[in-house]
Amino acid sequence: MTAWLERQIPKMVLAPSFVAVLIFVYGFIGWTAWVSLTRSRLLPKYDLHGFIQYKRLLASPRWDTAMDNLFVFGALFIGISMLLGLLLAILLDQKIRVEGVLRTIYLYPMALSMIVTGTAWKWIMNPGLGLEAMVRSWGFESFSFAWVIDPKMAIYAVVIAGVWQASGFVMALFLAGLRSVDGEIIKAAQVDGIPGWRIYSAIILPSMAPIFLSAFIVLAHLAIKSFDLVIALTGGGPGYATDLPATYMYAMAFSRGDIGQAASSAMVMMAVVFAIVVPYLYSELRAKHD
Amino acid sequence: MDPILNIKNLSKSYGQLEILQEINVAIDRGDFLVLVGPSGCGKSTLLNCIAGLEPISAGSISIDGRDMTHVSPKDRDIAMVFQSYALYPTMTVAKNITFGMKVRGVDTATQARKLDEVARQLQIEPLLNRRPGQLSGGQRQRVAMGRALVRDPKLFLFDEPLSNLDAKLRVSMRSEIKKLHQSLGATMVYVTHDQIEAMTLATKIVVMKGGIVQQIGTPAEIYNHPANLFVADFMGSPAMNLIPARTRRKGQETLIEIARAEGDPMLLAGPDGSDLPQDIILGLRPEDIAEAGFRSGDRVQAAQCRIDLVEPAGADTYVVSQLGGRQVTARLHAETKAQPGAMLELAFDLAKVSYFAPDTGERLN
Amino acid sequence: MTDFISSTGLPAASRAPSRPAQIALRWLLFTLLGVFALFYLMPLFVMVTTSLKSLEEIRTGSLVAFPREITFEAWRTAWSGACTGIQCEGLRPYFWNSVILAVPAVLISTFLGAANGYVIAQWNFRGANLIFSAMLFGCFIPFQVVLLPMARMLGLMGIAGTIPGLMFAHVIYGIGFTTLFFRNFYVTVPGDLVKAAKVDGAGFFRIFWSIFLPLSLPIFVVTVIWQFTQIWNDFLFGVSFSQAGTQPVTVALNNIVNSTTGVKEYNVDMAAAIIAALPTLLVYVVAGKYFIRGLTAGSVKG
Repeated sequence: MTAWLERQIPKMVLAPSFVAVLIFVYGFIGWTAWVSLTRSRLLPKYDLHGFIQYKRLLASPRWDTAMDNLFVFGALFIGISMLLGLLLAILLDQKIRVEGVLRTIYLYPMALSMIVTGTAWKWIMNPGLGLEAMVRSWGFESFSFAWVIDPKMAIYAVVIAGVWQASGFVMALFLAGLRSVDGEIIKAAQVDGIPGWRIYSAIILPSMAPIFLSAFIVLAHLAIKSFDLVIALTGGGPGYATDLPATYMYAMAFSRGDIGQAASSAMVMMAVVFAIVVPYLYSELRAKHD
Repeated sequence: MDPILNIKNLSKSYGQLEILQEINVAIDRGDFLVLVGPSGCGKSTLLNCIAGLEPISAGSISIDGRDMTHVSPKDRDIAMVFQSYALYPTMTVAKNITFGMKVRGVDTATQARKLDEVARQLQIEPLLNRRPGQLSGGQRQRVAMGRALVRDPKLFLFDEPLSNLDAKLRVSMRSEIKKLHQSLGATMVYVTHDQIEAMTLATKIVVMKGGIVQQIGTPAEIYNHPANLFVADFMGSPAMNLIPARTRRKGQETLIEIARAEGDPMLLAGPDGSDLPQDIILGLRPEDIAEAGFRSGDRVQAAQCRIDLVEPAGADTYVVSQLGGRQVTARLHAETKAQPGAMLELAFDLAKVSYFAPDTGERLN
Repeated sequence: MTDFISSTGLPAASRAPSRPAQIALRWLLFTLLGVFALFYLMPLFVMVTTSLKSLEEIRTGSLVAFPREITFEAWRTAWSGACTGIQCEGLRPYFWNSVILAVPAVLISTFLGAANGYVIAQWNFRGANLIFSAMLFGCFIPFQVVLLPMARMLGLMGIAGTIPGLMFAHVIYGIGFTTLFFRNFYVTVPGDLVKAAKVDGAGFFRIFWSIFLPLSLPIFVVTVIWQFTQIWNDFLFGVSFSQAGTQPVTVALNNIVNSTTGVKEYNVDMAAAIIAALPTLLVYVVAGKYFIRGLTAGSVKG
């Protein structure tokens, strides 16, 4: 009996967390999924009405903007962060004496809250007193930089702040990847007389494919969830020009009192995340079993 | 007297996969049992089952007459030395050794006395305040032994304890373990894949393959009378020569016919009045084939063989010849005049021969 | 923070063909690195200098100019006088809210993660890997999908709008990552250690306490830093699950910046932003190595 009890201890230790995850992750996803199929407005209703909320979502110009923004923001944020991160990593990989200091500088934004980042960039990009005013004071009177208040450009302002925050992190990932390439392969290539840039392009970068993938996944994940940055930088505005699905969902849930819309938009967000993450997780877990 | 360790009909399986099948082994107090076999044969699993670290699917294990089948490891009165040594990395050597006593609530005076004893015995007194990370492989090995010794258990279990040491250290630790066994008179169960370790240490060997016991016996029995082709091939280095042959009856006599690379088949006298089948495999250890004139005995028979390869190995010289379509190795004295390509008369000691059935692999004589 | 990656860069010889070209390339390299360093430092510099200027100087001076006259007035206001809506008590109460929230939430989720990781890595039982996968999956969901039911659940539990309620949410949704961290650390510990300790007579908790916890210091630091950064910097849970008076510092900062009453005090905004950022920045400067390890472990492996 005691031996049996002893064998159950590990399960009993894991059980509370497992139950919590079951309820608070899977149960809640189920709840949201259910509610997204009802006519819920201010209060949740539980009788199913098919895809009515999703139809409303598709018909909503605001949601349309949010999805467009997600793709523009996502593509630019991921693309630029990757390129910049890779460039920085390669530059730092050239036996620089002050590498440690530079690395610290490039990476510190990652330690900040997106609210702080948004606040700082909102001030820098402030048309009246920020960069615009500064460049004008240098004599370029016609210089204009008012992205944060321009509905067409505001989303690009969010991209700048996002890249500033996350690119250093991509740099750290890539740098670790560059350093983990088998030194003997590089030596062999050097002995073969292959020039340095060819060693990068033909040997080192291809061997880093998994790191590209990881960086992409992380950035995509950040892009889809990014909420704080938009709130702090533009508040979703001007109008709802910089709305993302995350801010749309929040607005529906907490200011518009439209629970059905909030639930269905959250489900779409989850679908997008899983479309990207699940194949990756699957391959990761499978690779571990081999 | 009851056996100190008695394993009856032990089986273990993971779902469909049978890891151990119908194992029956018993040893007496003071025995040194070695479980030997290639990797994946189930020997380590069997040891873990004896320790109670893995549950068994069927059968029973008793230690010193007590049924231990469902008893947890801590109550089995055993100590174990692991392949990786498994020293607790954050504890000093002294703490590592006394941890088991501390857990069991042994008073500190006794702990100190026993630690002192063991440290002296294993000559690790200067290491007591170091951490495992600061020790060499050989030192860690000693500490792991110390942790087992201090417990003074009914059974010592060793899981390939020497396989992480370099060749020289392995040999010296091997003799130390043997000395320890003799001086303590303790009962030990020892797992290894190294047949030389098995031969040198054991009083009793269990040869395993694929979760099935192939043979149980003293080192001499295993070496001289291997129960099947697997044991014959696995135990001994260089391995036993296993030569395909045919039997031929000539009145009362049985003749054994072995094809040679050139010329007529070689004919050897078979055992009298035996009923060997037509196709057999003849097993003869390299040391039982000598240069003619260097081996005497009433069943020694000589034959001319062409030598393909000569390998001097210091104390001995190995020569290789083609017999029955196989490379056959003979162990000659160091000063042999054997030349590759030349003929040499080799003497076969048929008193030592083993016969096996080619289909089942079982021993026939 | 200096050597989390050992250098295996290419030797200079293979990089550049001739001496003058080599020197030019080297200069280009340092110029580029310097420009990027300025890009990353600029916002911090602007924040600090702006926070030390008077409003008058902000209106007349340049964004990147050093303050002519240093004043800590904005800091004082940000800490104890700025308006977050109707109240004008500055960031101070919210800063302490965040501290009261983060410390227990970090500790609880870290210990749960340690225990879970220990079980999954070392006491594997049938189904443990499935449970682990289920928890891992939870790390990836966009939290929007649980926001509504969590808000209702906190209400049902009677802790809606309270710091314990927010703490609860952070602990629940932090377990996935903390478990992942510890599990990935503990799987590298040879399983023989548990076996040896079992033979020595130790049980589940004894082995955890005497053998595994003492070796876990590095992963504890990594996990604590990760969780602290996550929880301190969180905005979504803070804004969704708290109410006036229990809000964390990020929410209060956003309220200060976006409050529409009175004159826009940019220097106060910047001082408040720095105050809100200070704890995590400090952690980064002091324990950057562990911070990076958490980031890469949390992303590459997770």
